[in-house]
Amino acid sequence: MSKKLSNEKLREIYNLMVEGRILEERLIKMNKSGEGYFWIGGPGEEAFAIPFGMLVHKGEGIQYDYLHLHYRASGTLLAMGAKSIDAIRQMRSTATDPYSGGRNFVNHYAVKKWNVVPVFSCIEPQYLQSLGTAHAQREKGCKGITIVTGGDAGTAEGDFASALVWSSRPAGELPLLMIVTNNKYGISTPWEGQHGEKNVADRGKAFGIKTATVNGNDVWEAWEALENAMEYVRKERKPFLLELRVSRLYGHSSASGAPRWNEEDCLALFEEKLIKQKIITKEECQKIWDKTLAHITDLYKKVREEAFPEPHTIYDHVWMESDGDKGRDHFAAEIGIDFTQNPPPQAHH
Amino acid sequence: MASLAQAIRMALAYGEQKLEVTDIFGQDVGPPLGGAFTVTQGLTTSWNSPLDERGIIGMATGLGLAGKRCVAEIQFCDYIFNTIDLLKLAGNACWSSNGEYNVPIVVMTPVGSGIHGSIYHSHSFDAWGSRIPGWKVVMPSTSLDAYGLMLSAILDPNPVMYLIPKALMRAKGEELIPGEPANDKELREMIDAPVDPKLRANWKARWPKLEEYLVPIGKAKHVREGNAATVISYGRQMPIVTAIADRLAGQGIDYDVFDLRTIYPYDWQAIRASIEKTGRVLFVNEDTEISNFGEHLLRRTCDELFYSLKVRPRLLAGKHIPGIGICPTLEDVSVPQENHIEAEMLSLVQEPS
Repeated sequence: MSKKLSNEKLREIYNLMVEGRILEERLIKMNKSGEGYFWIGGPGEEAFAIPFGMLVHKGEGIQYDYLHLHYRASGTLLAMGAKSIDAIRQMRSTATDPYSGGRNFVNHYAVKKWNVVPVFSCIEPQYLQSLGTAHAQREKGCKGITIVTGGDAGTAEGDFASALVWSSRPAGELPLLMIVTNNKYGISTPWEGQHGEKNVADRGKAFGIKTATVNGNDVWEAWEALENAMEYVRKERKPFLLELRVSRLYGHSSASGAPRWNEEDCLALFEEKLIKQKIITKEECQKIWDKTLAHITDLYKKVREEAFPEPHTIYDHVWMESDGDKGRDHFAAEIGIDFTQNPPPQAHH
Repeated sequence: MASLAQAIRMALAYGEQKLEVTDIFGQDVGPPLGGAFTVTQGLTTSWNSPLDERGIIGMATGLGLAGKRCVAEIQFCDYIFNTIDLLKLAGNACWSSNGEYNVPIVVMTPVGSGIHGSIYHSHSFDAWGSRIPGWKVVMPSTSLDAYGLMLSAILDPNPVMYLIPKALMRAKGEELIPGEPANDKELREMIDAPVDPKLRANWKARWPKLEEYLVPIGKAKHVREGNAATVISYGRQMPIVTAIADRLAGQGIDYDVFDLRTIYPYDWQAIRASIEKTGRVLFVNEDTEISNFGEHLLRRTCDELFYSLKVRPRLLAGKHIPGIGICPTLEDVSVPQENHIEAEMLSLVQEPS
């Protein structure tokens, strides 16, 4: 157990884990009550996700860490400073959703000021895109690294193997931390029946890539493993493959009904240990839960009043232009929409 | 005059020198080969990647997300098909993030038939490319346009797919690229890598003093002016169409000929103005004819210009078969050849209105 974490830091982690869990449970409720079309997220991964977000060197550009996340990273974003209300906005597809303007599923983030590149639903291409930001960070004197995350089932895709090949090329090793959260399921299919390898991380060894497989349900172990791996990649400018064994508390997504699963709960375990070590009392814990629940409920109520995106915004940001949204102007001319009118009339064909 | 391959090579050199291109990469792109068609010889930022098309597109997209300018190559478009979802992700990064990110990359790839490339070196990608929103898709048919379109593609803040008609790789231009020496031999000695591996090992390109020349993306080129009928083409069929138009002009038939140059966003204004003038139109390309890009142009012509038409609009395209057979007797009937194009162009003007 790492001794580096102060009591204050542990309480901070606990608060964020509670917020992450209550947020995800609210998102699931919203989906079940028809206030969002689809839910996917990361309840059960908080013991890894929160330390991860706290350890990232956050900022914009190659001197900071690039994050190529998959769709279970709500805790990581919260720990980086994201607001719970914005996840609720994305769940409800409001115009105020800062990550996609009401276009994408919940937990599909994009935050340029923190190098969080767009999260997508495809399984594993993030491993390939991560090669590019990591390659850009080979620049002399660069301190930033690239971190990519994915699940165990996704490692069956060729893209994962590609990342192992490209990141360890003798002609250009990459400062790339590849993280696999192994929850032992691919949607409904158990890992055991599809994967002959004992640990996913073992696959890195054939490429000379440094690896580790750790218990991602334990805050201290996850923190230490992440810290070590990040330090190694940052200093050595070489790849690292880190596998964390985690739980999946509400199944794959709303497609499987998102019922609570009987798996080890990292938050309950953490709470128990903090109480046992007298870092926090049971009463304090209850207060934190109550306060956070009330807070998230308030945010949810606020978002219920927010507007949905205007139909004509489908033409915004098809292309990026340095001097205004020329992409939108192109469509305006092509299909005869006058965006200067409010609201713009429908296209004539 | 520079060949198409030399023109693209010079544009890439200009990109490295003046437009902040940091990486030009792909399979066999770096030394010693410098590209299967010599397009990347002598460049300073070129490098060889693993034989992995998905990795190449992923690498390019990541570089774009990090704000770097790169040009990635897929050696033949026949091998780009397993990257379609990665192309979609590069194309939708800006839209899906509501304008937060853009992906300023260029992917270049040789397309089409004409070198007896058989089933896996003859595909077209113009129709496929047009179906990936967020990308701009260009295709030059002359050396000067190849140079100017590459510079525009590099400068564009969006992903640009740069399709190279491989049958025209060695075709010489008729117009000088700004800075290019007029003497072919002099240019070859400056920028063509020696074939002898020993000489090549220490060879360095001597680039001419190249200048900026931009061909705007989205603008067609009015190749020949006429009133008899409109012919819209691009890529390998373009010089064939132009040569036929010149020959028939001698018989008193003046065609209004356009090189589209950009597949998307295409120059509808130019197409529309010409069809409204002539009332007769033929679209020519070599991609397979079902869901062909020319079919879209035909549909739009019927929807918007139906009452301007004097005769039925036409599309001449490749046959909808699984591949291009290597034997000339097969290839020649699979994609439009000069005799097919001439017959269609004549039929277009001969049909009574």
